[in-house]
Amino acid sequence: MRSVMTGNYASAYGAKLARAEVIAAYPITPQTSIVEKLAEFVATGELKARYIPVESEHSAMAACVAASTAGARTYTATSSHGLTLMHEVLMWASGARLPVVMTNVSRAMAPPWSVWVDHMDSVAQRDTGWMEFFCESNQEVLDSIIMAYKICETRGVMLPAMVIEDAFVLSHTSEPVEVPDQHLVDSFLPAYEPEFKIEPGKARGFGSLVKPDQYMEFRYKAMLAMREARDRILRVEQEFKHVFGREYGGLLELYRCDDAEVVLVAAGSVAGTAKDVVDSMRAKGQPVGLARLRVFRPFPHEEFKALARKVSGIAVLDRSYTFGPAGAFFTEIKASACSNKEQPVMKDYIAGLGGRDITPRIIELIFEDMLVVARRGLDSEVEWVDVAGLPRRWR
Amino acid sequence: MTKSHEELPLTPISDSPSTVTPTGKWRVLRPVVDLSKCRKCTLCWKFCPDATIVLVDGYPEIDYVHCKGCGICANECPAKCIEMVREGAE
Repeated sequence: MRSVMTGNYASAYGAKLARAEVIAAYPITPQTSIVEKLAEFVATGELKARYIPVESEHSAMAACVAASTAGARTYTATSSHGLTLMHEVLMWASGARLPVVMTNVSRAMAPPWSVWVDHMDSVAQRDTGWMEFFCESNQEVLDSIIMAYKICETRGVMLPAMVIEDAFVLSHTSEPVEVPDQHLVDSFLPAYEPEFKIEPGKARGFGSLVKPDQYMEFRYKAMLAMREARDRILRVEQEFKHVFGREYGGLLELYRCDDAEVVLVAAGSVAGTAKDVVDSMRAKGQPVGLARLRVFRPFPHEEFKALARKVSGIAVLDRSYTFGPAGAFFTEIKASACSNKEQPVMKDYIAGLGGRDITPRIIELIFEDMLVVARRGLDSEVEWVDVAGLPRRWR
Repeated sequence: MTKSHEELPLTPISDSPSTVTPTGKWRVLRPVVDLSKCRKCTLCWKFCPDATIVLVDGYPEIDYVHCKGCGICANECPAKCIEMVREGAE
């Protein structure tokens, strides 16, 4: 069935089609309409699930951890300050190896107070052991939630995943979305069969104390699981394509990169804009391409190493800033490129923070700048784009 | 003994309660109760953070295998009938 819906409704339909059994929720802008829609599904009986309204996001994730330990398929959704309040329990979910799936509607962190898109909240959770899927469209949001459960619940993976929607640009913008048939989703994603679970009458302690002689072995296992997730993401996407006819390019989607001299790396909704810019610049004969960072964790290290061998310049668009020397995407992509013998010229563009529009013109100017520095060498390694008071004009 | 990562479960799951660890060995000060002064108020029993006090006919009996010697019972006792005595001292 084809329907017109927001990214938030796409998330809610994704969780419903995946037959989430426990939903714990606390409202926060711009996520609220996800859990409102799910509350409606549960109230009308369309979705048979236990809906737990909680007093904070920390409790929402704690409830998901508990329900998942009891063997239920669980879902929650949050945004910015809600996500960072969950931080401790995010670590618990991954360390306890629970396949919780959540949507994070990526929104800037305050202060200054903002409800608009940037990736600071999601990027700040990169070390929690969650997989992170950045989505370009509402269709991808719905499809990624269904795929995420299948990836997370795999023996050998058993890690949680975060599906990321850009605030307002996806969350509150309506697009045509193909809603798959329930019976197809059911055959693609069977009921969750946990490897271990808490059971009434059988007292056990989960996540108990481990002394220094054994702690590292558990962390090593989690590392192996995240490595396994890499391959699992690719295989599940191929299965998904076979059943539903849609695919999203694996961990790093390459768009017109084959003979590109300069490639822009971007994540989230802005990738759609960048594809249009690539098309129009290609039509004028300019050798540019887009590499869409779809999966930030596990990080596509091998993919970036391969990309870095092929091109003379990589521009990275970071929609967050980490107070290191550069943005998080840039730092990690550069680290991957540096494990090759020779590196392309690389430059970081910090743009679109707090919902500032990244227009086609801005992307075109980034490409033009990168084409120049790729040939003549870097002017600066990190450039803040479209900041009032800085000399370069971006409009 | 350290197990290989391959032998371990995904996450540590214990099927025994924490009482298997004899935490009484950690104790430096030992609570000693003078039952002749005890008024059976049960405050020591209520305040013990490790549940190492059981009541027998209303009187406290301390489980020295698990009592860590924190001294909260002695501090709370209104009758001052619990004395903290250094372990090993006569």
